Amino acid sequence: MLDKKQLVTIKGTREGLILFIDEACSFNEAITELHDKINSSKPKPDEPIVSVTVKLGNRYLKTEQEERLREIISTENRFEIYAIESDVVLKDDALRWKENSEVKIVNQIIRSGQVLNITGDLLLIGDVNPGGKVIATGNVYIMGNLYGIAHAGVNGDHNTFIIASYMKPTQLRIANYISRAPDYESEGVYMECGLIDEEQDKIIIDRLQVLARKRLELNGFERRIQNG
Amino acid sequence: MGEAIVITSGKGGVGKTTTSANIGTALALMEKKVCLIDTDIGLRNLDVIMGLENRIIYDIVDVIEGRCKLKQALIRDKRFEFLSLLPAAQTSDKTAVTSEGMKEIITELKQEYDYIIIDCPAGIEQGYQNAVAGADRAIVVTTPEKASVRDADRIIGLLEKEEMMESPRLVINRIRNHMMKSGDMIDVDDIVQLLSIDLIGIVIDDEEVIKASNKGEPVALTPNSKASIAYRNIARRILGESVPLQSLEDEKGMFQRVKEFFRMGS
Ligand SMILES: Nc1ncnc2c1ncn2[C@@H]1O[C@H](COP(=O)(O)OP(=O)(O)OP(=O)(O)O)[C@@H](O)[C@H]1O
Ligand SMILES: [Mg+2]
Repeated sequence: MLDKKQLVTIKGTREGLILFIDEACSFNEAITELHDKINSSKPKPDEPIVSVTVKLGNRYLKTEQEERLREIISTENRFEIYAIESDVVLKDDALRWKENSEVKIVNQIIRSGQVLNITGDLLLIGDVNPGGKVIATGNVYIMGNLYGIAHAGVNGDHNTFIIASYMKPTQLRIANYISRAPDYESEGVYMECGLIDEEQDKIIIDRLQVLARKRLELNGFERRIQNG
Repeated sequence: MGEAIVITSGKGGVGKTTTSANIGTALALMEKKVCLIDTDIGLRNLDVIMGLENRIIYDIVDVIEGRCKLKQALIRDKRFEFLSLLPAAQTSDKTAVTSEGMKEIITELKQEYDYIIIDCPAGIEQGYQNAVAGADRAIVVTTPEKASVRDADRIIGLLEKEEMMESPRLVINRIRNHMMKSGDMIDVDDIVQLLSIDLIGIVIDDEEVIKASNKGEPVALTPNSKASIAYRNIARRILGESVPLQSLEDEKGMFQRVKEFFRMGS
């Protein structure tokens, strides 16, 4: 006698549970089965919380469906969702990721009063004059003089950074961090980068070489897919 | 067909009107037909510096509102037959002038004159936009001060958005050599590097400019003051001659350039 095909399979690993959901059945069928199965392996009140990775295969979850799934797994049953992994993405999301991870090349002088706003990484070939401002969701690379304001990771990415051939900026901004030029007259720096130093909890300026150590994921595409 | 050049700066009081008057006069000295337009409605000055205030009957607003013909409003200079001034209105409502109106006037003047020099008001509002509307290119005036350079940069950014216009050129005005040497004024090279447009002239801070303005005789008419030579050099560069930048340093070199200039002029 052939067993009915399992729609939900649960596998225990050292890191926690992996929950495979069949990719071909309907969502409702899967949810019903999940409901029963998960309830039976639910940790007792005195046991530690177990983390769960959900693997969807070639199934795409709509927002409501994902909410429902989370509700069953963590709200009703005291599991912690570590990740929900699907092998498919919507074209829109893919395009947005691409947009976010592309390097946009701009060949222009950003003059006083001008603002350049970029989705993704910015490669500016030209200067940012005092009073000018460049903003990117990703990194800012300036082949030229940075005198004005540069803002990297404007949507909150702490791992972004700012590089310039020469920098004597009015301000550097990364994610929600802001640093400003000292009040005394100072020399600028050549070929350096600004990045967030987590320990000091502020933006620091350092030699470009440190990026090799501190920002391994220069490959923006993967970085942003992972960071969402 | 003539060429229309707007003289602009962003910041007020850096020498737009002085530059307009002197470039216009210097071009007239070189036998070009020149028309100056004052677009600083309500704060007109160009007529005073040119010493033509007492001849004004109609002004630019009268032309735009059809109270007179363009020709009737033009004032012929005292010294040069082919130098004219279209004065600004002193009292009328500023909104009377529009970009369209300016363009029409300039198109008409270009038939007759080699150069139309437009004196722009300070600021970046409607007055600026009107002044720039009909121009083929711009000369940006700055002094060697931070705020002035910043505003010049702002203006250059705006000018670069004007599609019909050639890239602007720069005049650095009111240079004081000892301050530049001591580092109390921004260096010419630093200004040019920051603004990264062509430098078409540097003008020293010169008492003669003020004396001349008060007499209603632009300084370009005096033969040997430093500022006068600087303005005439700018005019020559506008005509396409390549003239080396005036040395800020030695008096001897200066004197030689004066002679050189007269040789060229004759
Ligand atoms: N090279 C110079 N040397 C000495 N004084 C100068 C020089 N250039 C301009 N000035 C003086 O500076 C003052 C301002 O000049 P001007 O009126 O030409 O400026 P402006 O830019 O037209 O001003 P506004 O913005 O008010 O129209 C005047 O008193 C003028 O005489
Ligand atoms: Mg003026």
